[in-house]
Amino acid sequence: MGIMPHSTQSNLQVDDGIVPDPALPPTGIDPGVADAEDRTWTPAKIALWAAIALLGGVAWFMLAIVRGETVNAIWFVFASVCTYLIGYRFYSKVIERYLTKPNDRRATPAEYKADGKDYVRTDRNVLFGHHFAAIAGAGPLVGPIIAAQMGYLPGTIWIIIGVVLAGAVQDYLVLFFSMRRGGRSLGQMAREELGVIGGTAALVATLLIMVIIVAILALVVVNALGESPWGVFSVGMTIPIALFMGVYLRYLRPGKVMEVSLIGFVLLMAAIIGGGAVAGTEWGAAVFHLDKVTIAWGLIIYGFIAAVLPVWLLLAPRDYLSTFMKIGVIAMLAVAVIVVRPEVTVPAFSEFASRDNGPVLSGSLFPFLFVTIACGALSGFHALIASGTTPKLLEKERQTRFIGYGGMLMESFVAIMALVAAISIDRGLYFAMNAPAALTGGTVETAAQWVNSLGLAGVNITPDFLAETARNVGEQSIVSRTGGAPTLAVGLAHIMQQFIGGTAMMAFWYHFAIMFEALFILTAVDAGTRVARFMLQDSIGNFVPKFKEHSWRPGAWLCTAIMVAAWGAVLLMGVTDPLGGINTLFPLFGIANQLLAAIALSVCMAIAAKRGSFKYLWIVALPLTFAAVVTITASFYKIFSPVPAVGYFANNAAFAKALADGKTSFGTAKTQLAMEAVVRNTMIQGWLSVIFVVLSIIVIITAVLATVKAFRNATRGVPNPNHEDPAVASRIFAPAGVIPTPAERELMAEWEKLPADVRFEKAGQH
Amino acid sequence: MFGSKRPGSTDAAADMNAVIDGFRGFARYLGGVMGADAYTKYLEHHAAAGQGIPPLTEREFWRDHTDRQDSNPQSRCC
Repeated sequence: MGIMPHSTQSNLQVDDGIVPDPALPPTGIDPGVADAEDRTWTPAKIALWAAIALLGGVAWFMLAIVRGETVNAIWFVFASVCTYLIGYRFYSKVIERYLTKPNDRRATPAEYKADGKDYVRTDRNVLFGHHFAAIAGAGPLVGPIIAAQMGYLPGTIWIIIGVVLAGAVQDYLVLFFSMRRGGRSLGQMAREELGVIGGTAALVATLLIMVIIVAILALVVVNALGESPWGVFSVGMTIPIALFMGVYLRYLRPGKVMEVSLIGFVLLMAAIIGGGAVAGTEWGAAVFHLDKVTIAWGLIIYGFIAAVLPVWLLLAPRDYLSTFMKIGVIAMLAVAVIVVRPEVTVPAFSEFASRDNGPVLSGSLFPFLFVTIACGALSGFHALIASGTTPKLLEKERQTRFIGYGGMLMESFVAIMALVAAISIDRGLYFAMNAPAALTGGTVETAAQWVNSLGLAGVNITPDFLAETARNVGEQSIVSRTGGAPTLAVGLAHIMQQFIGGTAMMAFWYHFAIMFEALFILTAVDAGTRVARFMLQDSIGNFVPKFKEHSWRPGAWLCTAIMVAAWGAVLLMGVTDPLGGINTLFPLFGIANQLLAAIALSVCMAIAAKRGSFKYLWIVALPLTFAAVVTITASFYKIFSPVPAVGYFANNAAFAKALADGKTSFGTAKTQLAMEAVVRNTMIQGWLSVIFVVLSIIVIITAVLATVKAFRNATRGVPNPNHEDPAVASRIFAPAGVIPTPAERELMAEWEKLPADVRFEKAGQH
Repeated sequence: MFGSKRPGSTDAAADMNAVIDGFRGFARYLGGVMGADAYTKYLEHHAAAGQGIPPLTEREFWRDHTDRQDSNPQSRCC
C-alpha cells in the first residue's frame, strides 16, 4: 500500500500506509488542527481550568491540611472530580500523544470486522456506559470501607492519585492495544508479546487470580446474608425473578430488554419490601434464618448450576437487572451524597494508621492499604474487560481515551462515594461492625465494651445504640457484620433516610443496598466461573484436544466443577476461619487483583517498547513498578513476616506449636478443631501467595526482557515484530469525546452533507 | 433531539414535549447501554452489507444472541 502523491486532501498527508476513499471527507481530524485546538488557550479556557484547579486545590487543602473536628463530604466530591478532570484533560492527553498515538484514519475492529453481532460500532456515550457497567461492581464498594480503618486520608489519596497515574492508564492502554489487535484477549497478547513462558505464567496466574477474586466476592455476600432472614429472602428472590425474565425474553416477547428489565426492577423492589414482611413472621424468620456455612454451601451449589444452565435462562436476564441497578444506584449514591453532604467525624489518620495490628485489616499502611483498595484505584481485572467486549464495539481509535481512561475515573468516583458513605457513620459503630466476632464477642454489650476499650478519640458507644441501629435497619444484630457490604448499607441508609423517608425508611435502604451489592457480586461470580471454565477448558485442550470443544458436555461439566470446587473451597475456608475470614483473605484478593494489573501493565510495556516509545515508557513503568513493589512486598510480608497476625506461615507455626504443646484453645480459636482449621487455612493461603508472586515475577521478568530486546533492536535498526492487525482505511467519522470540538463539529457537518448512499450508516444514535 | 418547538403549540405543550423527548432520549441511552438495540443494529448491518439472504427474525436473532454467549462468556468485574 502506498500514499497517493498527487492528493492535497488533508487526511492524505500522513504517511501511515492507509489509502482513504477519495470520495469521502476526512475520517479523522487533521493532527495539526487537533494540536492547534489543544494548544490555543483562550481567556475563557484559562479561566475555566484555573477555576477547576483552584477548587480542587481548596478541596485537597480542606481534606489534607485543615481537617477540623469534622470534614464535610462535599470536599471529597470536589477534590476527586477536579483531580479527575485535570488528569483526563492533561495526563491522558500526554499518553495519547506520546504512547498510544491513535489514528482515526484507521478502521477499528468494529468497522473492518463488522458482523452485526460481536463487532458492532457503538456510539461512544453508549459504549462509555456499557464499559463502565462491565468494570464497576461490588469491588469499589468494599475495599475503601475496609481501609477506612486507617482514617479517610490515606484511602482518599490512593484512590484519586492511583487512578490518574495507574488504574486509568492500565485500562486505557489495554483497551487501545487490544483494539489494534482485533479485540484479542490479555492472555493472547501476553503469549504473543512475552513468549511461551511469560504467556503461560500469565494464563495460569489469571486463572488462579479469578478463583480467588470470585471466592472473596462470594464471601462478602455470605457475610452480608448470614443470620439475616430479610436479606436471604430478598436476595434469594432474585433467582426466580431472573428465571422469569429469561423465559419472558426467550418465549413471550423476545428482544424487549427494557420492558423486562422494568418488570424485573418492580419485582425486585417488591422482593425487598416483601422480605421485611416475611422476616417479621415467625415462620419466615425460622425458614430464612441461615448460618453462614449453609449459605456458603447454597452459593456453591447455585454457582455450579448457574454456570452450566444456558445463558438465556439465568445469566443474561440477571445481567440486565444488574446493569439497570448499577446505573441507578450509582447515580443515586452520588446525588444523595451531594444533596445531604454528611459531616465526617473520622480523623484523617486514625490510631491504626501507624500500627500493624488493626482489628479490621491487619498489616501496616504500606503496603496493605494499597492492596486493600484495588478496585477504584488500580484493578487488574479490568484488563480482562478492556481486552474483551469493549474493543470490539469501538467506533473510532481516538475514543479509547474517553472510554478506557474516562471509564476508570468514573469507577474511582464510585469508590470515593462508597468511602464517604462508610465514614459518615459513627466510628464506634464502624469498628463494632467490621471487627471479627472473636474480638467483639458477638453481643451488643461485649461489642460496646470492646470498642470503648480501644481508646479511640471521641468514640464512646452504648449497647443500646448498637441495638437500636440494628432495629432501624431491620436486622437482629449488626455486631461483626464484616465484609464491607453491611457497613456501606448502613452508611447508605443513614444518608438516604435524610434524603427520602426518614428513619422509617432505613430498613428499606439498608436491604436495598445489600440487594444491589449481592446482585453485582452474583453476576460477577457466575460470569467469572464461566470465563474461568473456558480458560481451563482451553488450557487442558492443549493436551487433550477433546476439551477444546466447548459444546462437549462432560468436559464443560468437569471444568465447571473444578472451578466451582476451587473457589468454593476458598470460600468455605473464609467462612469457617476462626480468625475472622475477611480480614485474613481480603489482602489476598487485593494482592491477586494488583498482580493481575502488574501482568497487564507488563504486557503493555512490552508492546509500547516494540512500538518504539522508549522516551515515554515511564508512563507504563511508573504504575508497573508501583504495583510490583506493593504486591511483592505485601506477598513477602504475608509469606515471611514473623508477626502471626500478618504472616500466614508465622501464624501457621504458632498454631501448630500450640497444638503440639497439647493446648485446646489458642488466640481466637476456642477448640482444637478450630486450631487445626487455622493450621490448614494458613498453609493454603501461604502457598497461594507464593504461587501468585512467583508467577507474577516470571511475567514481569519476561516483559522486562522483551522491553530490553525491543530497545536493542531499535538501536541496531532491526524492526521489532508487530502483532497489530493490518491497517484498513476507515470510512466513517465520529468525535472522540463527550462534547465534539469545533473542528470535529465542522467535520461532522461535512459528513452530513454526503449523500446517504455513499455514507456508512451511523452507529446507534448520536 | 431535546424539545424542538412544534408549530402552533403553546409554551406549556412545548415544555411537556421537551420533558417527554428528554425522557425518551434517556430511555434510549439506557437501552443502548444494556444492549436492547442489538437487533436494530444487526438489521442495519445486514442492510448495509447486502448479503442477499433475508435477515434473521427478531426471535431467531435473540435466540442466537444468547446461545452464542453460552460459548463466549463475557467477564463482569468486581
